[in-house]
Amino acid sequence: MSDTTADKLANKTPKRVARKIRGLSDRAIAWLFVGPTIFLLLAINIFPLLWTINLSFTDFKANRINREVKYIGIRNYERILGDSDIWLSMQATAHFLFWTLFFQVLLGFALAWLINRKFRGNDMWTTIIVLPMMLSPAVVGNFWTFLYQPQIGLFNYIVAFFTGADPSSFEMLGSVDLAPWAIVIVDTWMWTPFVMLICLAGLRSIPDYIYEAAEVDRASKLRQFFTITIPMVLPFLMLAVLFRGIENFKMFDLVVQLTGGGPGSVTEMASINLKREAFEKWRTGYSSAFAIILFVTVFGLASIYVKALNKVKER
Amino acid sequence: MSYSITEPSARQKWIAGTLVILYAVITMIPLLWIMMTSFKTPPDSISYPPKVFYEPSLEGYVNLFTTRTRVSPEKLASLPPPENFAEEIVRNRDMVIAGPSKFGGRFLNSVIIGFGSTFLSIFLGTLAAYAFSRFKIPLADDLLFFILSTRMMPPIAVAIPIFLMYRKLGLSDTHLGMILLYTAVNISLAVWLLKGFIDEIPREYEEAALIDGYTRFQAFYKVVLPQAATGIASTAIFCLIFAWNEYAFAVLLTSGTAQTAPPFIPTIIGVGGLDWPAIAAGATLFLLPVMIFTVMLRKHLLRGITFGAVRK
Repeated sequence: MSDTTADKLANKTPKRVARKIRGLSDRAIAWLFVGPTIFLLLAINIFPLLWTINLSFTDFKANRINREVKYIGIRNYERILGDSDIWLSMQATAHFLFWTLFFQVLLGFALAWLINRKFRGNDMWTTIIVLPMMLSPAVVGNFWTFLYQPQIGLFNYIVAFFTGADPSSFEMLGSVDLAPWAIVIVDTWMWTPFVMLICLAGLRSIPDYIYEAAEVDRASKLRQFFTITIPMVLPFLMLAVLFRGIENFKMFDLVVQLTGGGPGSVTEMASINLKREAFEKWRTGYSSAFAIILFVTVFGLASIYVKALNKVKER
Repeated sequence: MSYSITEPSARQKWIAGTLVILYAVITMIPLLWIMMTSFKTPPDSISYPPKVFYEPSLEGYVNLFTTRTRVSPEKLASLPPPENFAEEIVRNRDMVIAGPSKFGGRFLNSVIIGFGSTFLSIFLGTLAAYAFSRFKIPLADDLLFFILSTRMMPPIAVAIPIFLMYRKLGLSDTHLGMILLYTAVNISLAVWLLKGFIDEIPREYEEAALIDGYTRFQAFYKVVLPQAATGIASTAIFCLIFAWNEYAFAVLLTSGTAQTAPPFIPTIIGVGGLDWPAIAAGATLFLLPVMIFTVMLRKHLLRGITFGAVRK
């Protein structure tokens, strides 16, 4: 029973009148309002997840429905942990994750810090910088393959213009050495504004009087930066890293369009590998097990990270 | 303006401004290039060095919306004069228009699925958010965390059983199936954001309304909804943008009737290779509405982007 003023008044009135005043009871309304959402999530998120867990113990193949399905215990999981392709895809994911986060934190924080100098028109420029992250990664990623074309691509032309190299001498997407960096560049271009926006919110949350006090105490600007700015923005920055980390661990659309996992499989990250196993090789049971492993990994890493984040916040 | 020791100096502002503008200009180059390419002819689009100045042409847009067939010069000469500019552009390439392309339908699918799922997410999300904000719900925190955690699943991981489930229910490649799916993905964002907005509306407003004889429902839609209108609108934009941009589910679960534009645009093929001006034209038409929304809604951006974790 809630104890709002309205409820107290309602409790004092005769029951029949009270019902008229309040219509349905609060509890009934609460469940009526929350029910559909929970139902939808159960039907389209939780039920599929449970089904995936179930499938992960079988040798089911979705393209052969009539074949008898056998439960094979944890064999799928054993096979995945011993599969060198899977480990390579995890390595590709780790490379992508590390470098995109590295560049985005660096650039995003620097940009936020510069924008917080409050120069004229900073609002308009912030909006322009934000544009790439609002767009469809698949459509934009597809167009980047055009920019990356050797000879005719704008990216190669600009790089060649500044370095003097021949624009057809390097293939960003076709070379084993460059392709992992090609996707890092596009992701950084797209998502740096996200880190920037969160850092900006952090910087703006620092009250002026702290700096004023530091100024009175004659702390140098550099000292202020390291003892005030960085610690106060850190929780925001860590939040940005959490969101980007989860998203990039799941990365699919951008990379599918850019490299499709190639050349060979150097950019075949976890999600792409999963898609190949599930929808091209149709190893449904095997890929379900892989999906569960990925989900548990994200969930586990995120939980540990959130604990660390809360510690930083408490300081 | 009063002097403040924390106010950056004019020189600092000038340097900061220059650097930020430089970054903004670089970041815009790929987007400008998409728009520029959409107005090029196919030969212009693949010339070396890349052409910054060129004669604009609508060929990309014509190719985007039509399918064309090549005809022999004799047949071309025997045809009556072209009726419109599109026909003329196509004839110059020794081809005739064979019919409309699939782009219009795919774009319409994006609109239907985008708006349908946004409406449903906002409708369900507002109700749930109101309940979480105002009533004591057992295990409310756990439920909210559960709603949020559904966001952590890689789309492909859920796609396998959904693919099987939809095949059984006859929902694969249908508008309804995609609307339900995108709603399920979006609703976590919607509930979290909307709860934040509704939390900020003072309870006293509704209590006053309840004492005046309103029922809970009346208090909800006559008092709370108007107050939360801005929050609802900006949440809706975020749901719409997500559904508009989504690719992984679309490419796995749709192939024809309900296919949206993102999986379709990269597959536009011209004669002898990818037709870049047509792809750029499709991309321009597809991306421009989002850019306009972003500029219009810049003040409400932050909260949606950060899942409500960062408040003003």
